[in-house]
Amino acid sequence: MTRRNARLGGKIFTALVFLFLYAPIFVLIVFSFNSSKSRTTWTGFSFKWYAELFQNDAIMSSLYTTLLVAVISALIATVLGTFAALGFYTMKKRWRNPLLEVNNIPLMNADVVTGVSLCLLFVAAAAIMGDFTAWINKIFGTDLKTNFHLGFATLLIAHISFNTPYVILSVMPKLYQLDRNLVDAAQDLGCTFMQAFFKVVVPQIMPGIVNGIIIAFTMSIDDFVISYFTAGSTVNTLSMTIYAMARRRVSPEINAISTLLFLAVLILLVIINLREIRQEDKKKRLQKAIAR
Amino acid sequence: MKTKLFAVPYIIWMALFVCIPIVLIVVYAFTNDAGAFTFENFKGMTSYASVFGRSFLLAAIATIICILIGYPLSIVMSKFPSNWQKIFTMLIMLPMWMNFLLRTYAWMSILEKTGLISQLLGLVGLPPLDIINTNTAVVIGMVYNFLPFMVLPIYSVVTKIDRSLIEAAQDLGATPGKVFKKVTLPLSLPGVLSGITMVFVPAVSTFVISQLLGGGKHMLLGDLIEMQFLGTAYNPHLGSAIALVMMIIVIICLRIMNRFGDGEGQAVIL
Repeated sequence: MTRRNARLGGKIFTALVFLFLYAPIFVLIVFSFNSSKSRTTWTGFSFKWYAELFQNDAIMSSLYTTLLVAVISALIATVLGTFAALGFYTMKKRWRNPLLEVNNIPLMNADVVTGVSLCLLFVAAAAIMGDFTAWINKIFGTDLKTNFHLGFATLLIAHISFNTPYVILSVMPKLYQLDRNLVDAAQDLGCTFMQAFFKVVVPQIMPGIVNGIIIAFTMSIDDFVISYFTAGSTVNTLSMTIYAMARRRVSPEINAISTLLFLAVLILLVIINLREIRQEDKKKRLQKAIAR
Repeated sequence: MKTKLFAVPYIIWMALFVCIPIVLIVVYAFTNDAGAFTFENFKGMTSYASVFGRSFLLAAIATIICILIGYPLSIVMSKFPSNWQKIFTMLIMLPMWMNFLLRTYAWMSILEKTGLISQLLGLVGLPPLDIINTNTAVVIGMVYNFLPFMVLPIYSVVTKIDRSLIEAAQDLGATPGKVFKKVTLPLSLPGVLSGITMVFVPAVSTFVISQLLGGGKHMLLGDLIEMQFLGTAYNPHLGSAIALVMMIIVIICLRIMNRFGDGEGQAVIL
């Protein structure tokens, strides 16, 4: 009897925690369809805020920036990280371990510290570059730009810097699962090093690379703090626009974006999960075939 | 495979954008506007002792609440059939994938004086709840935002615990309480420790939650640092010094905790 009670208690507890996790999101979604500006009183159904959302230039341009930075930084971080992981993998432990420690710094550090430290670097670099071009101008009489500001470039660099560690962490385990003999075998059978690399190594670590790119992309979209310190005053990401709007408190367009983003994430998660299920099916079928 | 050189571009990248920025923080913390060496920045910090105290206190409270919710949840979740477990982990991760600011914004409309909780209380004739812009609201925001970071590591460790160890303990006459204390708890400790790190570090350094749910009235360390760099009180030297001290205190806390954890882990193996 007490056991059954304990189990029921466990179920109720789980339900309460999920209520806690989802109630706020549910509220956001419901009030995105509210016809008045109120966030708390229901006055009737409307799509008004969605229409206004697409009319809002600030939101649309920041959405564009966010997606652009996320795509570019995820791609660069994936290439940089995959090659770095390959390099670390063949290094001696004496070199690899300290490098992996440095790689972990952006993951362990508080976002504020990472953001602020990059901000200091970029401001200093902008000043040095300004002095340098001014000096060139003086000597050669050219007319180069002398005032550099934080903007899209610094935002992109910051995103690549915090994305790459995640890529490395998802590629490294796949490399350790790799059978080194396979590469030797391919080369013995007449492959050049490049052929062996692209035909043997890359397909084997592909799941890690794909995983890395997905993590990098979502981290980049979700980031606020580091972007806030590195984007300067002219470029805004979606998170920065939302922050500015939320501080003014009443803006139901935020609810509309929340709903759309929530749907996007939901669809993405379903796709990823379907892919995993399909891969597992494939593996099972393969195992069956081998068993036969 | 000779691919060592593949890492060179990233090593240069790390030197430029990971190492130099941290060196810059240290340099800025020990210099003044004229570029001269000084301890002034650290002396100037004493007036912010209360902010340090409040940040670490609120982050600690939020972390403890996360353990109190997250630990039992992980245990309960691990007892469900495996299909359910997959759905649960996905449901835990889903809010994490939604923008951090939106999650915090959602609580503003719930906790407001005319908000939904107050309205519900009003329906049953209770007085409204007015906790927005208080420390309580900030702690709720922290727990809400960082709870998944506590649940996921604990859950992943708990599901890997060998069932036969628990059965063996039961066979040898241990009561359920003793099984928990001697087997489950020590084996799940690594998960709890990494959960603590993943909750405490972002909680102690947040400025978004305190600004949106605390109304900017009760400053936290994050707010203080933000103010020195982008806010009204522009002073990157003081800001760097605060960031440096915060970083060092956090590292010391985590080291002490992990040492304590390692000891426990070894005791189990012995």
